[in-house]
Amino acid sequence: MNPASDAGIFTERLLNEGGAQATDLLQYLCSIQQHYSCIPPQAVETLARVLALTPSVVLGVIEFYSFLHRTPRGQFDILVSDSITDQMLGSRDLLQRLCDRLGVCVSQPGSDGRATVATTSCTGMCDQGPALLINGQVVTRVDNERLDRIVALVQAGSPLEDWPQDWFSVSDNVYRRDQLLDEHSANGDSLRVLLDRGAADLLQELDDSGLRGRGGAGFSTALKWKLCRDASADERYVVCNADEGEPGTFKDRVLLQSWADTVFEGMTLCAGIIGARRGFLYLRGEYRYLLDSLHTALENRRASGLLGSAILGEPGFDFDIDIHLGAGAYICGEESALIESLEGKRGIPRIRPPFPVTSGYRNRPTVVNNVETFMAAVRIAEHGSAWFRSKGTAQSPGTKLLSISGDCRDRGVYEYPLGVSIEEVLSDCGADDVQAVQVAGAAGRTLPPAEFGRTLAFEDVATGGSFMVFDHTRDVLDVVQNFTRFFAHESCGFCTPCRVGGSLLRDLVDKLHDGHGSEYDIREMRDIAGLMQAASHCGLGHTAPAPVLDLLDHFPDVWRQRLAAGGFEPSFDIDAALSEAKQLTGRDHSGGRMGGDV
Amino acid sequence: MNTRKTFRMDGRTIPFEDGQSIIDAALAAGEYIPHLCHNPEFTPHGSCRVCTVDVDGRMVSACTQPAAEGQQVVNNSDPVNHYRRRLLQMLFVEGNHVCPGCEKSGACQLQAVAYYTGMLAPHFTHFFPRREVDASHPDTVIDFNRCILCELCVRASRDVDGKNVFSISGRGIQSRLIINSNTGRLGDSDYDRADKAASVCPVGAILPKHQGYEVPIGERLYDQRPISVVGDVAQAKQGDNGDG
Amino acid sequence: MADKIRIATAPLAGCFGCHMSLLDIDERLLDLIEVAEFDCSPLNDFKRVGSADIGLIEGGVANTENVETLRDFRRHCRILVAVGACAVNGGIPAMRNQFDLRDCLEESYVNGIGVENPMIPNDPEIPLLLDKVHPIHEVVKIDYFLPGCPPSADSIWTFLTELIEGRPVSFPYTQIHYD
Ligand SMILES: Cc1cc2nc3c(=O)[nH]c(=O)nc-3n(C[C@H](O)[C@H](O)[C@H](O)COP(=O)(O)O)c2cc1C
Ligand code: SF4
Ligand code: SF4
Repeated sequence: MNPASDAGIFTERLLNEGGAQATDLLQYLCSIQQHYSCIPPQAVETLARVLALTPSVVLGVIEFYSFLHRTPRGQFDILVSDSITDQMLGSRDLLQRLCDRLGVCVSQPGSDGRATVATTSCTGMCDQGPALLINGQVVTRVDNERLDRIVALVQAGSPLEDWPQDWFSVSDNVYRRDQLLDEHSANGDSLRVLLDRGAADLLQELDDSGLRGRGGAGFSTALKWKLCRDASADERYVVCNADEGEPGTFKDRVLLQSWADTVFEGMTLCAGIIGARRGFLYLRGEYRYLLDSLHTALENRRASGLLGSAILGEPGFDFDIDIHLGAGAYICGEESALIESLEGKRGIPRIRPPFPVTSGYRNRPTVVNNVETFMAAVRIAEHGSAWFRSKGTAQSPGTKLLSISGDCRDRGVYEYPLGVSIEEVLSDCGADDVQAVQVAGAAGRTLPPAEFGRTLAFEDVATGGSFMVFDHTRDVLDVVQNFTRFFAHESCGFCTPCRVGGSLLRDLVDKLHDGHGSEYDIREMRDIAGLMQAASHCGLGHTAPAPVLDLLDHFPDVWRQRLAAGGFEPSFDIDAALSEAKQLTGRDHSGGRMGGDV
Repeated sequence: MNTRKTFRMDGRTIPFEDGQSIIDAALAAGEYIPHLCHNPEFTPHGSCRVCTVDVDGRMVSACTQPAAEGQQVVNNSDPVNHYRRRLLQMLFVEGNHVCPGCEKSGACQLQAVAYYTGMLAPHFTHFFPRREVDASHPDTVIDFNRCILCELCVRASRDVDGKNVFSISGRGIQSRLIINSNTGRLGDSDYDRADKAASVCPVGAILPKHQGYEVPIGERLYDQRPISVVGDVAQAKQGDNGDG
Repeated sequence: MADKIRIATAPLAGCFGCHMSLLDIDERLLDLIEVAEFDCSPLNDFKRVGSADIGLIEGGVANTENVETLRDFRRHCRILVAVGACAVNGGIPAMRNQFDLRDCLEESYVNGIGVENPMIPNDPEIPLLLDKVHPIHEVVKIDYFLPGCPPSADSIWTFLTELIEGRPVSFPYTQIHYD
């Protein structure tokens, strides 16, 4: 196959089959990347021509998403999850081993065109890591033995279909069930309730339940649906946010793997209430392995009259769902960036107001909810608000799924009534000697034991579901470094404080981590963090400094120990900066070390 | 008679029309709010964040925040000015701004806003990125070292010129301005020096050729009077703006 | 004599223009000498900084000698000031940061037009070059910055008088410029 000759034809065919909408640009790019391991220039040219875009706009989209490339990655594109919990399970050693065995450097395609090895942000497999993505397919529980077998298969050029299929299996690992996970089915009961009682009545029920969004921000779901329903427009849309990019979160993966029916029903319920005819599941690229089963679930629902036109025989109740893939961009979990991405663009968060409920997808009113939120809505429709409120607290009714990973016995998904204490969770998952807990992911809070009496609830420690445990063998600075690098990598680059501040902060954390940080640098970190929190355009920039601030506030012993003597250290390594000149002049031993004095 | 809607800013009452942003209302009332990516001729952008103001205790960008009745806006306070200086310093260290070697110096909005906020040095660690200079066009040179990603040229070319000559590529700190042509060079694009996009760049990234230093240093737009008095580069009349 | 303010100055990777600008304060130099005296400076012949109240640094940090001088000044000066664009942000010399050091040296000493005996100089007496030119605040703590290429004699005068008189340093609009 010669990319140069047939990429244009391949792209034309995709466009013909897909309807050639510019809003599907990212979806076309994902398919082309999957086929060619890059987006060949002929594909860019064809996409631009047919979709009436400029080639530079297409390039801008390609270069925004981590999983899209302009140059070939080779027959096997291997991405090692760089989540802190995967690192704790040995991912860095695996990465090195993989590179050594395959004779490649990180992120550089091998000269034989066989493979590229690189890291990627958390793949959402923290309960069964270390994990790799190979050509978009996830391989879990990688150890040296499995790795060596992978290397052999890669070297032999064996297609993925011929690899042991159990390597690709992803388990649910559910350890605690409550209101949501106790039931599996969703056969349209909630939709029947909707047809019986009417939208207004059911919306009231949802309001009474006090359901708040499970994606993290905790906005009232009933209010969001009502605002969207009340906005005047010719079309409305329902979007399920399955971007699940927050490091350490994987509960949406479990829901989409084993409760997809309920999630789709929740979207349909929302559509019925707000009057939408089209919905999207925005699925993070890392979860591509779920595509087949999700498409099957959609097909089955269509066949059962639960999706499509005249749902449950009700004339005018028309709704269907498309699945859109993400392509490696954490920012696309932010609802307005997600909508941009759904429209085929770079995932840059929009200016708000207007909010998506009045101006979302294609500037029409759009509800964006987390996977778990849709599921809870179904259960509330089925069982009522009182049932829902029987769990949780007054301000945070119901239950919440937690993704628990890190240093504990049972890593997996736990469903708890909101208001549960951190202590109780730690004891249930078999964690002891705990030094710190990271709640709500990199953007959340890093808490020391003194705070373990606190509760998980919107009024105390709010969480989208990530719960990472670090025992005393861990270096909290490793954790903070991982998160700070994550944010610098994932910043969309739109606004100054996050784009530049995030990188400055990363460099300062690296410096501190390496023992060169000074008191001056600590003040600098606080200053930059304050600016990012205050002046960033979106939630990513607002929350990105959280790990650094928690480190400074809650773990003073950790960073004080690492400070270099003296109040100031150069911002760069002077000796390293001299090495090139030494080499060029052959003066390896003269000049001496400049060290870090003063 | 209808009383006009107003908000308060640093002790002054500022009238506004429905839908007007805080910055446009303030500028119309003769109150300067420092800004770089904002230009009232184009859709608000909100990326540089230099117009950050305190509205009822919350920091927001004045160019994207709709004015509202009764708002209390703080435009001039130590914290607000500190944030602005830090943002400007970030823009300076992100690129390569060698003012002594820049034709735009003295008529550059980045510089002028920095003077206005009292910035004496870039403060942070410099990135010293390696970027190109594109001199392929007969009339215009683009020095990417100085681009602050305000997207004014992108907006002007797209929304006014209808050409889409410029767009943004990359992500995060790798974000960069790119040019739509098969070579990626300006000389091979549809760009023309009469384009709106030719006259909106607030810094020395998009420069007309053959006119460097026509106006001597010391007599340029911002050499004698601050930007709060003189106004934006893009609004200053062509030929009047110190560097042609 | 003993309670005069001691000022030391040093040129690093710059063009000496800032020092010239200091001399441009002309007859005000006489006023300055009333209250201040010069420690080590290219303006006199003291080779090493003794102990100074104010250290004025021109130029960025390009090599080992710059690093040593700068550190010496930091140790011996109560207040250290970055004077001029090169000290403040690397200035013109930092334009070499666009290239690999190897390319810079080969262009100058190997491939350049008219080069005789092409080789990269390696005499141990020559300070080793850093791979990049850095502003001085990236190497030591700096207390004040005085931008300009060079800062005008007036702004240097404003700065010194206000500092010596113990007032917060503030400049009239026209005295601050980066070019
Ligand atoms: C940087 C960033 C990333 C986000 N990622 C996700 C995500 O992966 N999944 C999600 O449901 N919400 C995410 N959110 C929150 C969404 O913007 C939005 O609030 C949420 O999808 C609303 O759904 P909910 O009300 O059901 O929680 C993110 C927000 C930000 C600022
Ligand atoms: S804070 Fe700014 S740069 Fe960061 S992700 Fe949000 S919009 Fe992009
Ligand atoms: S070239 Fe100028 S106008 Fe265009 S984005 Fe850069 S700074 Fe803005």
